[in-house]
This record gives sequence, structure tokens and C-alpha cells, in this order.
Amino acid sequence: MSQEEKSVTLTCIRCPKGCQVTVTLAGGEVAAVTGNGCPRGDAYARKEVTDPTRVVTTVVPVRGSDVARMVSVKTAGDVPKAKVLDVVRALSDVSMAAPVHIGDVVLADVCGTGVDVIATKDV
Amino acid sequence: MDGTIVYDALVIGAGVSGCSIARELSRLDGRFLVLEAEDDVCAGTSKANSAIVHAGFDAKTGTLMARLNVEGNALFPQLARELGFAFDRIGSLVVCTDEKDMPALEALLERGRANGVPELRIVGREELVRMEPNIADGAVAALWAPTAGICDPFALTAALAESAATNGVSFRFDARVTAVEPVTLEGGAPGWKVTAGGDAFFSRVVINAAGVYADQIHNMVSADTLTIVPRRGEYELLDTTAGGHVRHTVFMLPTKMGKGVLVTPTVHGNLLVGPTADDIDDKRGTQTTPAGLEAVRRKSALTVRDIPFRETITSFSGLRAHQPGHEFIIGPVAGAPGFLDCAGIESPGLTASPAIGRMVAAQANDILGLPRNQSFEPRRRPIPDLKRIGQGEWERLIESDPAYGTIVCRCCRVSEAQIRDACRRVPGARSLDGVKHRTGACMGRCQAGFCTPRIMEILAEEVDGLSMEDVTKCGPGSRMVVGHDKQAEGGERHD
Amino acid sequence: MTSMATGAHAGATAGAGEKGGTAAAAVPELERDIVIVGGGSAGLAAAIAAHDAGVASVLVLEREPQLGGILNQCIHNGFGLHTFKEELTGPEYAARYVAKARERNIEHMLRTTVLDVSPGRVVTAVNAERGIFRVRAGAVVLAMGCRERPRGALNICGTRPAGVYTAGTAQRLVNIDGLLPGREVVILGSGDIGLIMARRLTLEGAHVACVAELMPYSGGLKRNIVQCLDDFGIPLKLSHTVVNVEGERRVEAVTIARVDDHLRPIPGTEVRYPCDTLLLSVGLLPENELSRQAGVRINPVTRGAFVNDQLMTSVPGVFACGNVLHVHDLVDYVSEESAHAGACAARYMQGAAGLAAGEKDLPGAATELAIEATGGVRYTVPSFVSPGRMDDSLRLRFRVGAVYQNRYVSVYVGDRRVTHRRKPVMAPGEMQEVTLRRADLADARPGDVVRVLLEDE
Repeated sequence: MSQEEKSVTLTCIRCPKGCQVTVTLAGGEVAAVTGNGCPRGDAYARKEVTDPTRVVTTVVPVRGSDVARMVSVKTAGDVPKAKVLDVVRALSDVSMAAPVHIGDVVLADVCGTGVDVIATKDV
Repeated sequence: MDGTIVYDALVIGAGVSGCSIARELSRLDGRFLVLEAEDDVCAGTSKANSAIVHAGFDAKTGTLMARLNVEGNALFPQLARELGFAFDRIGSLVVCTDEKDMPALEALLERGRANGVPELRIVGREELVRMEPNIADGAVAALWAPTAGICDPFALTAALAESAATNGVSFRFDARVTAVEPVTLEGGAPGWKVTAGGDAFFSRVVINAAGVYADQIHNMVSADTLTIVPRRGEYELLDTTAGGHVRHTVFMLPTKMGKGVLVTPTVHGNLLVGPTADDIDDKRGTQTTPAGLEAVRRKSALTVRDIPFRETITSFSGLRAHQPGHEFIIGPVAGAPGFLDCAGIESPGLTASPAIGRMVAAQANDILGLPRNQSFEPRRRPIPDLKRIGQGEWERLIESDPAYGTIVCRCCRVSEAQIRDACRRVPGARSLDGVKHRTGACMGRCQAGFCTPRIMEILAEEVDGLSMEDVTKCGPGSRMVVGHDKQAEGGERHD
Repeated sequence: MTSMATGAHAGATAGAGEKGGTAAAAVPELERDIVIVGGGSAGLAAAIAAHDAGVASVLVLEREPQLGGILNQCIHNGFGLHTFKEELTGPEYAARYVAKARERNIEHMLRTTVLDVSPGRVVTAVNAERGIFRVRAGAVVLAMGCRERPRGALNICGTRPAGVYTAGTAQRLVNIDGLLPGREVVILGSGDIGLIMARRLTLEGAHVACVAELMPYSGGLKRNIVQCLDDFGIPLKLSHTVVNVEGERRVEAVTIARVDDHLRPIPGTEVRYPCDTLLLSVGLLPENELSRQAGVRINPVTRGAFVNDQLMTSVPGVFACGNVLHVHDLVDYVSEESAHAGACAARYMQGAAGLAAGEKDLPGAATELAIEATGGVRYTVPSFVSPGRMDDSLRLRFRVGAVYQNRYVSVYVGDRRVTHRRKPVMAPGEMQEVTLRRADLADARPGDVVRVLLEDE
């Protein structure tokens, strides 16, 4: 094993089996995936190790509604896992005026990810 | 300013004794004030107990406890009618679990008769099983006391307080008394200065009804010191599905092996099992313990079989204001003219409270000599209990206020109108516990899981200056939430 | 009525004594083909399916101010992968069903609490507009959902301060009211809502010290452990429980201890966590109080009704579906099951296919085969199946009692094994299913039992 090699073990979440998958990295590239029970595990592990992403959901205040104080929102697509908390922080001063519809853009291109934050509830 | 007012009587403590005294005082034409350390009535000993209206055979014949127990019991039906709180005279059974202990059961019968308890008799096993099908196999006989009952101690205390307030008594909450000093009032008459929450209050008579703190208050004015030992009792409360497991209050006859625990239905339809009895040092020590709850389960099995503890919805503990001499200490304190004790009020204090109120108010008026309050109104409009009223009456309520048709607490069937009513009472609910205790909301099987946010919302709408994020469970220091989303200060993130 | 809450003891309370006086005599004000109790994911799916099966009048009674039930506060994503083939948030999933109901003009009443369902299918309800009213229903679908197990059910010792919440209450406060219940949090129980709330609270600025789980395995879905705990470095402490709560007014600390094989705390393993909040995610209980009043037989394992392949309970014409029947992990399965219940309720009230009310249709009737859960399987839904009436295939849903690896799920009809399928992993936190085909029952004799069990080989 060269000095640049390192390995990461993670739990595959593609099915309930929960395989412990070990990814060996060499110079930042995936050299090997072991422990996975199926090809889906291989794909999951490669993505999770090299480019982990998440959808972020939270709520922001809504003004001018009799029925709701908050409106639920989400990132319209995946954002880098490392930016999850930044996305929430970026929303801390954001509020919406009623009426709000599912899909309305709450914050465009959040944290420079190229992904919009959109409403997930009609208020 | 309060400092300029001289009250005729000032009651320290808004438990069931203090509120009963206050209501009896309000039959007199005078100025009265109740000071309470907590943010609501019934916040201490009066809140967490067995809720039993005892028949009166327990206390030693000739004691104040025995006399006030029997007198208090007899006053309950009329009081319940006047004030509209739940009181069910279901009767009690003291179960003897060993043939060898029958003389003790008979002695209890004799003591009860000597105390003046009516209709007492001993029932044999056969009749006992008919009365209580779930009685333990070891039960051989029981003392049957049909005058015993159950009540809602909080509803009783709140009703007494509301009645007192309606008839002119003032209440001050979050006012923990820190000093009581003799003073000479304007005109040269002797009186008292009571310091509470940084404010000074002046009164001709001071009444010490401070529960587990009655020793501290007493010792502020007397060198002949008093000791009140908090005696902790732990309980388990079971769901209404288990409420019919017994039909009467079932006690165990104390044996060489010790004192048992009681098993009883409650006025809300639950089953209550407990209490243990542990003398502790901490006057705030209302925690439950593994040993205590284990004892509740073990001891209850001696008198009642197959208690479905899987239906437990909560456990809690309460403190009795135990006085080592085990007697109520009611009356003037030597060397402190105008200062009256109402201390050591442990079981049967709840039962005795109507009689205690009369007795102490009379003692106060021996000093004050006040005329009768001609406009005294004995009745108080209760907060309706939708579980106990008929559908016809419920329908009429909805016609008068549609909010009676909007259910907030699904487990206990409490509507929005009742919750708003509780907040508008004087003294009214200002916290979740205040609503819970006045309406019975949150006391059911979900234990407030669903209705908490909605009740917080209503409190914020009803209570002046209260916002939803400042709503408390039971007064200062017990906020339900710490702020708004994304508002954690310090900015420290743990990722 | 057995509940003492109705005033079984004549008391001195003003007004006691005339209870229930008007209820029995009153004639129902309304008549509907199908009344659905609950407008959450189960009730909506049942209503839509019943409508689509040709039922003219369907009425949904919902106690909250909006349809959609608990989905409205489940703002996280991961809903709808099976139903819509995309990952939706809870409110979006609910909105799709609400829209379907709107398109069909399905009648509903909000802020309406059902007080009673009679065995004769008269539903008594109350709201502010109508007061107390009765609806005669051709069929009733019970879709009341579930509630969370509270602290009291666990007998956690210590004080009783503010700051102890069920995870769902905290979820409602954070997501609907925008209020943060606490800053330093310990979570007991690794049910899915607890895991989801660990992430939610972390995102909103609180610190979650740990999640303690009594059992040696998690009660939640694996993906939630990875995405809600691991992502944020929140430790999951298996075989641990809370043994003490401190704080007079507000939680000040909780103590956690390891438990032994009998789930008893091991002395000496206690660790004290200073915190202001304890969240509980220790199980969900179907809300079957109305069902019991109606006389519905309840399965002590699921705490939901015993039902047959039509999802009909022991009371003719009363059906059950969703979390009130048994607690699900995935809303997609709730929707699917509830659509089946709605369709069956429609067939029942239409009197089609010999389904008119009668003893022969009741679960456990002679024409039905009992389905028995044994050998590691805790329960199945349904509990009875009629070979003559069932659809071509029937999905049996079940849970196992422990974590199993490489076991076979077997189904026997009488002595004959009709299904034998290897499963790499099964855990109590993840609902399982196995399909029973009509053909499997072709040779079944009356009295045969259908057994679902796990086998080593």
C-alpha cells in the first residue's frame, strides 16, 4: 500500500441490509470498493466518498397568513454535504409573504451551489 | 401601593388550606391577601396526593386530625355543589390480608365509631369480592366506609380561590415570603410586616399555611421552633382503560410488614396507585425513584390483583408536610400575637380543609372582630367538564359559544372554550399546568403530546403580555421553548 | 360503556346525571355512504379509492384545521418513492392527495372530533359549526393514525420539569410554530421521528448530545441513522436508557446507563449529561379508543384491529387502515393499504360480490382462514383471509421480533409450504411483506391455518 492510500468504511443505505462497505482511495481516486453486496452499494459508496450530497429541508417564517407561522422549504436538488449547515444559515434571515405555493423560489442559488431553495407547502 | 394598605388578614400559601381559609375569611367584611411563592394556586403539597376524601377512622380519637377529618368530610357534598368541583362519594375499603390481623381491623372500626364516622361496618370476604371483583386472593375482610370519597384537589383549590377572589380576597403569586416581622401599625395597633418578592405587605393578622415551608415561616416569629419533614409519596397513574379496575378506594390494613399503598379510581376516570412514604430533607424533592415505583407495584398487589401497570400513563411524587408529632398545628403562636399557624397539614388535610378554613377564619376573627360580609356569594360557576355533563348541556354550551365544539385535548375531551375560560378566571391559568389543572387537559394517555402547542397558542392569546415562546410549564424558570428556530446564540455548531 | 370518564360514579358535580340522555334517542342528521374518520394520509387515500370505486357520498372527518395529518409537520424528504417515483417532503406528499380529493369534490369537515362510532355505524362528531351531530354511514373507515408513547409509559424516574417532549411534539414546535424546544438535547429512543428530530434540531441550532436506545438495535430506518446521526456526528448508544431526569423547573441533566440482556440498567455505567431537553422517541401506539367503543376486536401485539383480507374489522362494515391498524415505516405503504380499505368499504356498501353485511364476512368466520404469526414473526396484517373472496394476490405485512440475518420467510397453508424466500437481513424497525396468492389457497380446507414464520433453511 502506498502512502497516499487510505480507506473509508461506511454503511450502505441503498437497502435495509446495511452493508459495511470499505472504499480504498489512492490519490483522491477510488481504487477499490469492497464489502458491498451488490452493484448499487458500489455506486453509493463511490459517490458518498468522492462527492457526498444531500437535500436540505427546513422552515422559514411566513408573513400575512392567518393559518401558518412557517412555511416548509427544501433545496430543489442535492447540495454538497459540506454545505448543509451553510444552506440553513443562509435562510436564517429569509421570510416569505403569503400566499406561498409549492415550488415558489425562496432563495435562488443558495450558497453558490446553483440550487434554489423552494417552498414545499401552500400557505 | 401595597405598602400603604393594611390588610386585616394575610394568608401565606395558596394551597388547599390557605385557599379554604381565604374563602372563609371572605365571609367577613375585611381586607384579605393571599401570598403564594409559586405562580398558581395548589402548586405544592395540595397538588400531588391521593385525592381521597377520607371517612375519618384513621386518626387517633380526640385529636384535631380526627375531629377536622370527620367535620371536613361532612362538608364536602355542599361545598362541591356550591363550587362545582368533582367529588364522588365512592366509599373506601380497608382490606385485611391476614386472619391474625382481624383484631386490628376491629380496632379500626371502633376508633372510627368513636371518631363519629357514620355507617362503618366490616364486610367478609364474600361480600368484599362482590364489591371488588379484583380484590387480592389474600384479602380476608375489610372495613367499609361509605362516606369516603374522591375529589379533584386542584379543582377544589382553584374553586376555593376563585370564590375567595369573587368575594374580595386579593391574590399575589410569585411572592415567596422571606421575612415576617412584628410592627406597630398606624394608630398604634400591633401588626405584621411580611416581605415577599421584594415587596412589603402589612396586616393585622398573619396566617401561616405554607405547607412544607410552614416551619420556616413559623420560625421567623417564634423561638419555639417547628419542624416540618417533607414525606415523599410516589404514585403511578393509569389510563382510563384501567379506571374500572377497582370501584372504591382500597387501602391496606397496616401489618407488621408495614403500611400498604392505596388503589383508587380518580374523578377523571383513571386508576391511581400509591403512595410510598419516605422522609427526606429536600423540600423540593418531588422526584420519583426506581425503588419507590417498584414498591408501589409490589405493595398494591397485596390488596388488588392484576393491576394493569402496562396502562401507566405517568408517575409522580408529592410531599406531605409531616410534623413529627403527627397532629395538625392550628392556632395562635405564643409570643406572636396576631400570628396563626396552620401547619403539619398532612393527610387527612385535604379532607379536613373545609373545616380547617372555618376554624382558622374563626380564630382570626376572634382577633379582628369583623362584621359579616353581607354580599358574600357562596356559589361559583364551574368550568364545564364535557366528560361529565350530558350531551344536551354540551349542545347548549356550543350554542352559547361555538368554541365548546372545538376539541383541543382529544384524550380528555377538553375544548378551546374551557381553556380560554381557565385563562380568564381570577386567579386564572397562566401556564400549561394552570390550564391542565383547571380543565383536565393534558392528563390523558398522550400526556399532552398533541395539545401542548395549541394550548401554548391559546395562553399567548389570553394572557396579557405573554408570547408563545415565553409560555411556561409552571411559572418562572420553566419555559417550554428557548426561542425561535435558527436562533441559538453563541453560534457554536457541532458538526 | 366501561370508561369511568363518562361519570360512572354519580357525583356531586353540577350537571352530572343527565349524561348521554340525548345521544341514544337522537336520529342521525346526516347519511353518507362512507364516513372516514381521519383526513391524514390513510383517510385521504381511502376516500379517493372509495370515490373512484363509484361511491357517491364520502365524508372525511378531520380534527385538525387542515387535511394531511402528521405529514404536514414531516418536512423532511424521502416520501413517495414507491407511489410517485420521486422523493417528496411530507407536505408535498400530503398536497398531492389533498389535490386528488379536491378534484373529486370529496366532502370533508375540519376541526371536527369524532366522539363515537356505534356498532351500527352511526358516527357521532362535534365541531363549532354544527355542534354535536350524527352521521349514519353505509361503511366506516377508521383512519385515526397513532400517537407517541409518553414518558409515563416508561416510568423514567426523576423530576418532572419542562423540557421533556415526545419527538413529535418537538417536531410540531420546530416545523409548524418555528419554536426551538431546547439548546442541549438528549434523545431517548431511536424511532424514526427521534432520528429525524436529531437532524432538525441540529440544523436549527441546537446540539444533540446523543441518542440512547434501550434495545441492541435501532428502531428506525438505516438511512435515517446515516443521514440524521452519522452526518452530524451524533452518537447512537445502543442498549442504553435514561435512568434519571434532574431539574426542578426545566430539565438540567439526564443520566444514561447501559442495560443488561434483561434491559435492566447496569449499576456503575451511569453517565450524566447536562442538558435542557429530553426528547422521547420510544414507540407509536395506534389510537384505537373509538374502535374499542365500536366493539372492534384489538390485536394486543399491534394494538390495532384484527382485520381480514378486506381490511374489515370484527364489526361489520367498519374497516381500518394506516397507522391506526398497525404502525408503518413508510407512508407509501399507508397509502396503498388505505386505498385497498377504501375500495373494500365501497364494495361492502355497494353490496357487491356477496359482501353484504353478514356473519360470513366477519374476520374469523368459518369461511375464513386464520393467519398465524409464529417463529420470529410478531404479527401479520391481515389476520384472516377468505380463499373465496380474496383478490388474486394478497400482501401480508409483518414485523419480526429481533434482528435476523439470512433467514427464510415461509408461508404454510395447513401443512403445505407455499412460500420460502431468503432475506439477507430483517430488523424489527423495518416492516416486511410477503405475498399470498389465491392459487396458494386452492386446496385449503376450512379450519386450515395460514402460518407465517422464519426458518433457518
